[in-house]
Amino acid sequence: MSTQPGSLEMVARQWDYFRTLFRRTWRGSIVSNTVLPVFFLLAMGLGLGGYIDDGGSSTIGISYLAFIAPGMLATNAMTMAVGESTYPIWVSFKWEPVYSARIATPLRIVDVLNGLVAFLLVRLVLTCAVMMAVLVAFGTVSSVAGGVGAVLMCTLLGLAYALPVFALSASIDDDTPFALLFRLGIIPMTLFSGAFFPVSQMPEALQWVAYLTPIWHGVESARMCTTGVVAWLPLAGHAGYLAVWVVAGWLLARRQFTARLADG
Amino acid sequence: MPDPTTAPLVRARALTKSYGDFQAVRGIDIDVAPGEAFGFLGPNGAGKSSTMRMVAAVSPVTSGELRILGLDPATDGPQIRAQIGVCPQEDTLDTELTVRENLVVYGRYFGMSRQRCRQRADELLEFVHLADKAGGKITALSGGMKRRLTIARSLVNEPRLLLLDEPTTGLDPQARHVVWDQLYRLKQTGVTIVLTTHYMDEAEQLCDRLVVMDQGAIAAEGSPRTLIEAYSTREVAEIRMGVGDNAVAADKAEGLAERMEVLPDRILLYADSGDAVLEAVHARGIRPQSTLVRRSTLEDVFLRLTGRSLGE
Amino acid sequence: MTPPTPTPILGLRLTPMPLVRGGWTRVIERTFVVYRKAWLVFLTGMLEPLFYLLSIGVGLAALVPAFTLSDGTPIGYTAFIAPAMLAASAMNGAIFDSTYGVFFRLKYQKLYDVMLATPLRPRDIAVGEIVWSLGRGTVYSAAFVLIMVAMDLTSSWWTWLALPAAMLIGFAFAGMAMALTTFMRSWQDFEFVQLAIMPMFLFSATFYPLATYPEGLRLVVQATPLYQGVALERALTTGTVGVEAVGHVAYLVVMGVVGLRIAAHRIDTLLLR
Repeated sequence: MSTQPGSLEMVARQWDYFRTLFRRTWRGSIVSNTVLPVFFLLAMGLGLGGYIDDGGSSTIGISYLAFIAPGMLATNAMTMAVGESTYPIWVSFKWEPVYSARIATPLRIVDVLNGLVAFLLVRLVLTCAVMMAVLVAFGTVSSVAGGVGAVLMCTLLGLAYALPVFALSASIDDDTPFALLFRLGIIPMTLFSGAFFPVSQMPEALQWVAYLTPIWHGVESARMCTTGVVAWLPLAGHAGYLAVWVVAGWLLARRQFTARLADG
Repeated sequence: MPDPTTAPLVRARALTKSYGDFQAVRGIDIDVAPGEAFGFLGPNGAGKSSTMRMVAAVSPVTSGELRILGLDPATDGPQIRAQIGVCPQEDTLDTELTVRENLVVYGRYFGMSRQRCRQRADELLEFVHLADKAGGKITALSGGMKRRLTIARSLVNEPRLLLLDEPTTGLDPQARHVVWDQLYRLKQTGVTIVLTTHYMDEAEQLCDRLVVMDQGAIAAEGSPRTLIEAYSTREVAEIRMGVGDNAVAADKAEGLAERMEVLPDRILLYADSGDAVLEAVHARGIRPQSTLVRRSTLEDVFLRLTGRSLGE
Repeated sequence: MTPPTPTPILGLRLTPMPLVRGGWTRVIERTFVVYRKAWLVFLTGMLEPLFYLLSIGVGLAALVPAFTLSDGTPIGYTAFIAPAMLAASAMNGAIFDSTYGVFFRLKYQKLYDVMLATPLRPRDIAVGEIVWSLGRGTVYSAAFVLIMVAMDLTSSWWTWLALPAAMLIGFAFAGMAMALTTFMRSWQDFEFVQLAIMPMFLFSATFYPLATYPEGLRLVVQATPLYQGVALERALTTGTVGVEAVGHVAYLVVMGVVGLRIAAHRIDTLLLR
């Protein structure tokens, strides 16, 4: 028997499939990933921001547009990552035997998982880069390095959400948990994570809850990068915290994928 | 007012159905008597399902006359649908409901009382042997179970007329026999059944009378027995030759049987005695790889009428 | 095999079955059976507008200076935005039910094909779906209005009309969205729904007064249905009701009725082929 090819080789073998999928769906994603954020920045950053900046009572130190722009970048990455790792993954497990078909080839379960992660990673980078171009157009990014840094941090943030959700999608039979995940998880995390107002406005107990969510770390680090006010130690702390979620999520996802696919 | 016990439940005259330029049904006449099991036999695309949708009062007639239970589907659709049961070709069970809820909720669509719906649901689950699955999910049922549940659903309103579109297509042989048994028991109690099928054995098992449909028109009509008598011989001898030897053998066998059909993989010789034909075949020096003598079936009728096999 | 015994199941009934009166109630009944098992999903649907209100009320309001209403009275930012959230959530709920929900049942679940094999008519389906959507929206809106009152964000007895107004907004959007859904070919088309809702949500004088826009743009904003709903709700909860309110109501009524008629007709032609 020949030796088992490496994981990278196995991911590469799934590339054509993902490329075809991407070609079919990228137009829809362009709409939600660029047009809608532009609208959002116009309405909230410029429209409402005009009142906030003129009001003089602002405690945020920078223009409201510059404040929410990195918040948008981060919440957008989270929403996209969770969206792509809920229904599409669940449908493939439950309704279309896509993954079972794939492991009937030399691909192992872990290769299937890594293929999905790689595909999501590519789309996350693209989505964040496109968003970054919008942010640059609005004049809210202080340096090239800051822009690149924010894209990288938000990509990491996206994975920190996607991997645990992969595990969830592989575990459930009906889709009710998704509705609860969005309503009780993603929406409040979007609204109370420091993206639209500083978490210091909230009661102290809630601030601590916010510190535990990956999104807060994503928003904070993205804001450091785009505004150019970088504190290196906290930035490393944010990145480390998000990396823990990615690794733990990957381990959990591998376990759940194996449990689901091994039973047939 | 016609006598309700003998007036046809379905009556069609010069019935057609077109979708744009495509004419799916090209002028057919049908009468289905009460208590009868009536079949449409034909290959896919023969116009059976289009006809069934018109009879189910969910598809407007393009031209011609159609009366179901003496009513006009164009004006009395809801009244007609209230009294018929429909089992569609694809399982359209409600996956958001449990097995039993599927029956109860469906009964409610007919305006039946809640109590009556529950009672019917339990009776019908018993009838189709699914009582132990009552609280289970639809997705957990096998193909045969889903089909039986769909049949049970079509009986919720105690229909006078039951329409079954390809009732056993896609089921394994064992599941087909269970469904046939249940339909047979229904027939015995006097329910009028109209079904479509492209399986000969199904038509022979279930139908008192059937029409053979081909390309939107009726090619022949009668009971399975009379159709076979009219369009085929009592027996058929099948001979299989080696690859490429069919044409030579067919030439040699000319005139041995009443009729001969040369198929890609075998030659069919129609005669009242298959064994006698085989003897004659050997006498002419034809050496088949294998032979078979069987009784004629509706497949042979269809082949005779259309020049094609049903499966094609 | 045991010989077949005639059982009461298989009776041949010669008396015609009476027609279903109010068939649409049966359509709702099915949805009710489904949701009885998913009550948590039902309840949590109420939280979304509340989260928005709290996020803005607790966090953002501290940054935004007070606005003045059309009659010159100053108003806190939370009280300014709450009626807009009420209108927007009525719109969102109605659109979600009548687009994704209806499309799934129409094209994938084939539920409407099943219903139409019974005495139910296309009209029963359209009405049933919209009434359910409205009923659910009403429960959510009622909860939201109560929270507004509890948070002292209302300043008029007109507030009690905010609930019927939210129902009207739901009706208008449900009817129109269902009509549009019958024209959709695939899930990709729903991107356009997003593309219509999101700008409306952001720009219909929801987050700041209409006066922010230049003259020409103001007319465009005023033409959108959500602006009509927001203006109506804001007039009611702040007690600044004028004759324009009649215009808002008329706009929404016409929109809902026209949508409902198109939807019933389209379901007819799609399913009764």
